[in-house]
Amino acid sequence: MSTGAEVVGAAAPVAAGVTPVATGVAGGVKAGVAAQADGSVPAIATSGLSKRFRGGQLAVDTLDLAVPQGAVFGFLGPNGSGKTTTIRMLLGLITPTAGGCRLFGETVDASRVSTLTRVGALIEGPAHYPYLTGRANLARYDAADRTADPATRARRIDRALEQVGLGSAAEKKAKNYSLGMKQRLGLACALLQPRDLLILDEPTNGLDPQGMREIRSLITSLAAQGTTVFLSSHLLDEIEQVCTDVAIMSRGRLVSQGSVTQLRAGQRARLTVTTPDPADAARVLAEQGGTDVQVAGHRVDCDAREDLAPDVVCAALVASGVRVLAFGVERPSLEDAFVALTGEGFDVAG
Amino acid sequence: MSQDEVLATATVVVAQTAARTEVQTATPAVAQTGVRTTGPAAAAPSSATPSPWRSVISRIGGTLLVNELRTMFRRNRNLVLLAALAAIPIAIGIAIKVSLRHHGQNAGGFLAQVSNNGLFLVFASLSLTLPIFLPMALGVVAGDSISGEASQGTLRYLLVAPVGRIRLLAVKGVSLVVFCLVSTAVVSLAALLTGLALFPTGPVTLLSGDSISMGAATVKAVWITLLVAASLLGLAALGLFVSTLTDTPIAAMAVATGVTILCGIMQVIPQLSAIQPWLYTAQWPSYADVLRDPVYFSGIEHNLEIQAGYVAVFTLAAWARLTTRDVSS
Repeated sequence: MSTGAEVVGAAAPVAAGVTPVATGVAGGVKAGVAAQADGSVPAIATSGLSKRFRGGQLAVDTLDLAVPQGAVFGFLGPNGSGKTTTIRMLLGLITPTAGGCRLFGETVDASRVSTLTRVGALIEGPAHYPYLTGRANLARYDAADRTADPATRARRIDRALEQVGLGSAAEKKAKNYSLGMKQRLGLACALLQPRDLLILDEPTNGLDPQGMREIRSLITSLAAQGTTVFLSSHLLDEIEQVCTDVAIMSRGRLVSQGSVTQLRAGQRARLTVTTPDPADAARVLAEQGGTDVQVAGHRVDCDAREDLAPDVVCAALVASGVRVLAFGVERPSLEDAFVALTGEGFDVAG
Repeated sequence: MSQDEVLATATVVVAQTAARTEVQTATPAVAQTGVRTTGPAAAAPSSATPSPWRSVISRIGGTLLVNELRTMFRRNRNLVLLAALAAIPIAIGIAIKVSLRHHGQNAGGFLAQVSNNGLFLVFASLSLTLPIFLPMALGVVAGDSISGEASQGTLRYLLVAPVGRIRLLAVKGVSLVVFCLVSTAVVSLAALLTGLALFPTGPVTLLSGDSISMGAATVKAVWITLLVAASLLGLAALGLFVSTLTDTPIAAMAVATGVTILCGIMQVIPQLSAIQPWLYTAQWPSYADVLRDPVYFSGIEHNLEIQAGYVAVFTLAAWARLTTRDVSS
């Protein structure tokens, strides 16, 4: 569904086929359950989701989000762009002012939370009972889920602790945990049961590089088993490495939604030459058919179009006597796309 | 099933929970596919458990209630509170014993009786702890119940675990009732053991002048303990409500402990005579009427009515607040 979503320009909210989803589910929950088998019901679908806080601030503005089942979905946006408010609405912690959201086709709000047994979540950092051990913390959260089988509790807790590498610190009180250990414990809590959807807000926050790698490979392996992962992060490298789809928020609005490739496609790759003869190089690039040729000091670059073979261009440069110090195609990073969509400004949106 | 229903409607809280929550599915595998049993068939797992009491427990919170109680009574802060409560009767007993030996003096009221009969230390201790110490301990625990979870962020994780908000409120409410009972019982037991250890025992002279056996008097002591615990229920509900209002536990605790002092002040201002009978502290001393023969029920009944009223009003208020609140902590 959302795979068909186009990457659109800033400030235009994406209506990524959410309407047919909503009508399809209106047919009944049973239909929704049946439709899950072929993955036609999105793991997350919001339509016109909005939240205005009591102070009058519009934190989330008519958000239409569609996360297909099985996706590893990156959810990006500058600080204060409404990501966490959105996640809290998805989980029924905050009531939307307008619009609604469905997880696997079922509504979630403050009074209907049963679907959340299928969801593991890490929201705005972990939270624990400081006076309980790591294991006792997990036991408490597990006891809270009435679908969790008490008979398998100990085994599942052990497994979750192993998965996040906390096995040896299980009997330590949570108040003695380091930031990274707390983060791991929070992840363990999300992994207590096999989940269909993981909503992870900054999962690698506070982790050491080894921890980050482990968590990344954990996410990848969970996704390979069919778990949908909804990942909010500021680490764009991380998003680029693990995510198949992304959505970008800015000032409460969705400014872009699509696959990582599509998003990057919005930013053209550039063919760059570093040379002491910039004028000659610019001329040759233009002759070869390069468009948007720009010269900045010793650096000359142009759009790297498909028909512009780098090897041919390089040979032409050398043949024309241009002294080439460096030559290459610069692929735009997700960061470039992100900054292009959300602006350079450093100050948070008010 | 019908027995379950009768039990489930025993209290307002239980009835609400039973009506709103779906019944536990037996196998996690079924839960994973999102298929849930509802309606009559859903009663199967709970009726499969041997005792109806367990079924009620499972409805109002199941393993979460067990976990909540275990967490409550393993937390150091609460253990210190209970230890402090237990120390009060011990201190009183020792003080009376010592003052008897040195001065041969005697205090008034229940305290005067303690040196004649150790059982009176139970009544004396309850009459001394009920106005201040028991409400303070309860105020701390009740005020912290929801706001503490909110401030440490665990409220959001409980809610997405998921725990229905009504179920969470029911679990917190029931655990507060248990705390009322346990804290009062701790005072009574500590007093009973201290009294028996330090003072003579024998027939007990009631307030009405009759004399009853030690055994009969112990039964009365149990009743008094239960009545004192019940006297605290109104405050427990009030504390629970205040606790849903804020993310700052210290504020909720201050209100929940301070309001008893406020009631005490209002009780002695003559201009407030119109509302005095409806303060939750109004009939707190009524438990002493158990020590009459025949038992004088009017004050006790009034006290229980007041407590039931406070529980109903503040439980509903807490329900209204918690179920509509944005959890952004």
